[in-house]
Amino acid sequence: MAKGSSQSGTVITLTGFASAGGPRSHLAVVGPRSLASMSSIASTERPGAKPSLRVNGTDHPISLDRDRSLLYVLREELGLTGTKYGCGEGECGACKVLVDGVAVRSCKTPVGEAVGRSIVTIEGLAQGDRLHPVQQAFIDAGAFQCGFCTPGMIMAAVSLLSRSPRPPEDEIRAAMDGNVCRCGGYLRIIDAVQKASSLSHGAGGTP
Amino acid sequence: MSSPRGVRPFDLQSPTERAYFDRWGSGLVVVLPAQRPGPTEWGRGGPPHGGAWIHLGEDGKARAFTGKVEVGQGTRTALSLLVAEELRLPLSLVELTMGDTDVCPWDMGTFGSRSMPDAGEHLRTTGAAARSLLLEIAAKNLGVAPGKVQLFDGRAWANGTDASRGVSYGDLVKGLRRVEMVPPTTRPTPPSDWKRAGQPTTDLGAHDVVTGARQYTSDLHLPGMLFGRILFPPSYGAKLRSVDLARARALPGVTAVQEGDFVGVAAPDLPMARTALQALRAEWETVPQPSEKNIVEYLRQHPAEGEDFWDVIHHEAGNVGTALASAPVSLHETYTTAYIAHVPLETHAVLASWEGERLTVWMGAQTPFRARDTLSEALGLHPSNVRVVVPPTGSGFGGKHAGELAVGAARLAKAAGHPVRITYTREEEFTQAYFRPMAVIDIRSGAERDGGITAWEFHDLNAGSAAARIPYRVANQKIDNQPADSPLPQGSYRALAATANNFARESHMDELAARVGADPVEYRLRHLADDRLAAVLRAVSERAGWVARTVPPTTGQRHGRGRGIAVGLEKGGRVATFVEVQVHEDRRLEVLRIVTGFECGAIVHPSNLRSQVEGGTIMALGGALFEAIHFENGHILNPKLSEYRVPRFRDAPPIDVLLLDRRDLPSQGAGEAPLIAVAPALANAIYDATGQRLRSLPLVPDGTVP
Repeated sequence: MAKGSSQSGTVITLTGFASAGGPRSHLAVVGPRSLASMSSIASTERPGAKPSLRVNGTDHPISLDRDRSLLYVLREELGLTGTKYGCGEGECGACKVLVDGVAVRSCKTPVGEAVGRSIVTIEGLAQGDRLHPVQQAFIDAGAFQCGFCTPGMIMAAVSLLSRSPRPPEDEIRAAMDGNVCRCGGYLRIIDAVQKASSLSHGAGGTP
Repeated sequence: MSSPRGVRPFDLQSPTERAYFDRWGSGLVVVLPAQRPGPTEWGRGGPPHGGAWIHLGEDGKARAFTGKVEVGQGTRTALSLLVAEELRLPLSLVELTMGDTDVCPWDMGTFGSRSMPDAGEHLRTTGAAARSLLLEIAAKNLGVAPGKVQLFDGRAWANGTDASRGVSYGDLVKGLRRVEMVPPTTRPTPPSDWKRAGQPTTDLGAHDVVTGARQYTSDLHLPGMLFGRILFPPSYGAKLRSVDLARARALPGVTAVQEGDFVGVAAPDLPMARTALQALRAEWETVPQPSEKNIVEYLRQHPAEGEDFWDVIHHEAGNVGTALASAPVSLHETYTTAYIAHVPLETHAVLASWEGERLTVWMGAQTPFRARDTLSEALGLHPSNVRVVVPPTGSGFGGKHAGELAVGAARLAKAAGHPVRITYTREEEFTQAYFRPMAVIDIRSGAERDGGITAWEFHDLNAGSAAARIPYRVANQKIDNQPADSPLPQGSYRALAATANNFARESHMDELAARVGADPVEYRLRHLADDRLAAVLRAVSERAGWVARTVPPTTGQRHGRGRGIAVGLEKGGRVATFVEVQVHEDRRLEVLRIVTGFECGAIVHPSNLRSQVEGGTIMALGGALFEAIHFENGHILNPKLSEYRVPRFRDAPPIDVLLLDRRDLPSQGAGEAPLIAVAPALANAIYDATGQRLRSLPLVPDGTVP
């Protein structure tokens, strides 16, 4: 998934492992420079058009007149409450969504930065009734207790597996260290990521 | 607005006048009567409870009701399994309603690992009584004697015939509107005969969790809902002198409320609510507050007096003074723990909505009925006019007991004429909640030269009585505790006093063993008075490959590998934890592996129990190794996740969990006991690695051995 395609305004819907990310770290929060470039997309690329947010394959008109995070817009304006608020400072990962296939902390992402890009939330991961392999693996591994961190964990895992389909345990730990599970379910989550890795590389291939 | 007349909470009516059938249709209802000797009194048959009830409907479903709540500990599935077991139903036909004060039995709260021993027993008994009634009804229907009927998977049939010729539960209760009380002689199915309970089960609601469909309180939205924020004091002890609401009220759509010390705002969106909060002009009178420095001395000098503390232990046997004076070996040490935060991943959240004079509050809470009392008292409402519902909650750990936030949301909703939701920011969660109390524990012990312990004097300051009693045989003992006047708000926490008391005792046992040249495992086994705990310790030491050691490590080692072990007995659960650590050359501590064994009677939901033990162990690692709240003059210095370290992936060592299933013993809770041997096992392992004894939690605040 090349960054250039989204900057040129092409909308690419990303699901599952097919959305192999580029070289960027999955934890990267888009910085000020890209904020400027994204804002310019919003204001100049389609002059006169109301900016819209492409989430789970659907365009939602939004307003950019006030400073809001992507998290807030997803949850409170679009009603996609699967993405969670945990800390508001990018430390817990409960708010992670995929932006152009890469897990991003939506609480630290101004909504303007997400305009013109393809966002996938936990609600958009399954294809109809068919769960994404990572979702299925979380069920099979019993990888949650209260479940509040689970959407963010799943998005982080999807992002990781898209760029590293068979991560060793050390890589899983390192890649997901930005996600907190206060119930202490880490070992099962590692197990789930490993299960998902073998699920998607077993008989069925990528979803 | 329409009048809510006619809505009356079930627990405020007698069992026979409740509207079961209006709500869930015809069928059979079986009720276990409440046992409420008083709001805080512990009855002879266990804690006070509101009973249980089960409605068997024409749709073949069993609707069961309990006042306990699910905050991530997995009891929804475990309790449902027990109902399914008794009624010989598939799990999918059991619908458990938890923590809704309109239709659930009164409950004191979800704490103290009581869900399985209390609600579990109540639901089992109620289910067993319902099964007996079903057998009777089925026998009549099939024209055979009650003893000649089989029940399975929601169907009844006569012995010797085919199940397909039988009749479904739904058909058996068709047209019935019958309410029966559980006979006192009812005995549930013994665990040794369980077919569904005790088997691996996928958690109910798992699909909703992984698809983001599960709605927590902070996800709820009602038409016209406003976002609330509360004005909090800038520091502990600060008093509001004056506040000017005018600038906030001038903002579009904003409601601002002051009632006594409560000041809050509600706005159509969260950014506006934040703006409104900032627009309030408040003057505060601050009072100097104690700081972290010298906190141990402060607590010693400030015993709390004259209050009605229920959590007190004063236990004496023999003559500890004489025994201490004459003991050839004696030790006197002090152990401390820190204030730590619950950090539930879902911060406190409340949604309040009025319909006329009737208030409904959805909240992530562990004590819905207490919240109902708090709301009705604060707002001058009859309890019938308050409904508290606990949606799925993003963990609690003892931190979600208070109802004041709900009162604030209700006030704002009333003033605004719209539903109001308040969700704490993470910083508010740190500063406005309460903490696990800091503990100071003094132990004096005496032993014979061969190691036999003769005297044990144990004094707990500020933590509480849980696990203060010693599970070892000691003839002369004095065990007591003293609450202190804490400079920080403190309260319930998962395994709070048990963690502190167990850390002190199990560290001290290791110190005694080292003094008399005994192996730490052998020394414990020699003194253990509890066979179940001894069995767990044996199982863990064997699994871990424990190698007996009688020579203490050389002091002054800078680095090395060490092994430690500790046991604990709490809330009916028995735990033994083994830890292996590496102290690296730069003094960095690495936890290499943990083996932990747990026994809590008959296991109802094995995969969930394993999950509780693993998770509890990891949570305990945080408080043992690095978690601590820092404070100065009424301010929390680290009220953020970037400043308050919780366990993460990199902190989770391999954990080998051994579960001992005792089908001959009643099921006990598992939410707390698995935590309590982790800290002492770590301290004992660090001692083994370095010869250095650490007696304060957290042990390695910056990750290195001090």
